[in-house]
Amino acid sequence: MARSKELVPGVGRLSRSQVFAKRGLFKGQKKSTAPAAETPAEFVEKSIGGDKNGGKRLVPTAKAPRFYPAEDVRQPKKSRKSPKPPTLRSSITPGTVLILLAGRFRGKRVVFLKALASGLLLVTGPYKINGVPLRRVNQAYVIATSTKVDLGDLKIDEKFNDSYFAKPSSKTAASAEEFFEDGKPKPKQPFPESKAADQKQIDNALLASIKKTDNLSKYLKASWGLSKGQFPHELVF
Amino acid sequence: MALIFYGDADSTFLNVQESNFKRFVEVGRVVLLKSGPSAGNIAVITEIIDHNRAMIDGPTTNVPRQSYPFKHLTLTPIKLTKLPRAAGTGVVKKQFEKEGIVAKWTSSGWAQKRAAAEKRRSLNDFARFNVMLQKKQRTDVVRKAVAKAKKA
Repeated sequence: MARSKELVPGVGRLSRSQVFAKRGLFKGQKKSTAPAAETPAEFVEKSIGGDKNGGKRLVPTAKAPRFYPAEDVRQPKKSRKSPKPPTLRSSITPGTVLILLAGRFRGKRVVFLKALASGLLLVTGPYKINGVPLRRVNQAYVIATSTKVDLGDLKIDEKFNDSYFAKPSSKTAASAEEFFEDGKPKPKQPFPESKAADQKQIDNALLASIKKTDNLSKYLKASWGLSKGQFPHELVF
Repeated sequence: MALIFYGDADSTFLNVQESNFKRFVEVGRVVLLKSGPSAGNIAVITEIIDHNRAMIDGPTTNVPRQSYPFKHLTLTPIKLTKLPRAAGTGVVKKQFEKEGIVAKWTSSGWAQKRAAAEKRRSLNDFARFNVMLQKKQRTDVVRKAVAKAKKA
């Protein structure tokens, strides 16, 4: 209606055909139609043994259901939407130093390694420098700085995916009795050695390149914060 | 508020001592622009339009000839001595270069402070961190020297 300005309520300036021409929807119309997919045959001819059985019979390929619902059940509408693959902010590239803004490690400066399939960012402190382990963070809670750590030819293994960080699923929820067995809480599970080794392997490569820039190690170790008169939208990162 | 200087002050008429105020709005006065697309650049007043606006021009400082409200101008102590009234861009350019106005401006404390502030503003997070470290180092040196001097 926007194209046909209303003269009086209900009466547009343009006629129906003029609006049709102006909207130009016909321009996008497809001329040819895709060839229809071959529908499978509804019946299959089968030869039947026995003299009095007519020899052949048409048997439907899809068996008719044996039961019908007594009442009409509405078919839920199929969603045709599919989630878009998450996009990474252009300022975040492997090796970028990020400032974490939320969570347990807020204020820490960390190194970005790669984006995971879920859209979360794989980061590391490195652990040796500022105590931030290999960890997933949401890019919404991160400030990307223009400082980069040279990752060199560090290959981030495919095993660092979202399931690597998933919590181990416990079959049965810990009941209260189990939790306080013998009157005291369960001892803490030690950190898996394989994960500690992974952390070390990645950090060692990073530490070597961090060493090459003066004060970079100190920078990563220090926490970020705003002081008086500083406004994040006016700062350059 | 800046005074507009139209001619020689008639001190005998007013019967007062001539003011020692030197920074007038006058033809040839170099001004710093405070807003608009060429904010931060300097230009020169070529003509006073009325008590709100002046014609300014800065051919070597990337400021096109235009009228500009005084509200958005700051007067500098620098002046073009021989600029005629309502001079065109060519004349202004010649005089600007002859008197070395840009060099005078950039070597002034005011311009240097502005440049320093601008540079600080453009530092990234890591550079700001390095500045912090260097400041700490300086304080340390000063503190030690003072302590030593106190002892002696």
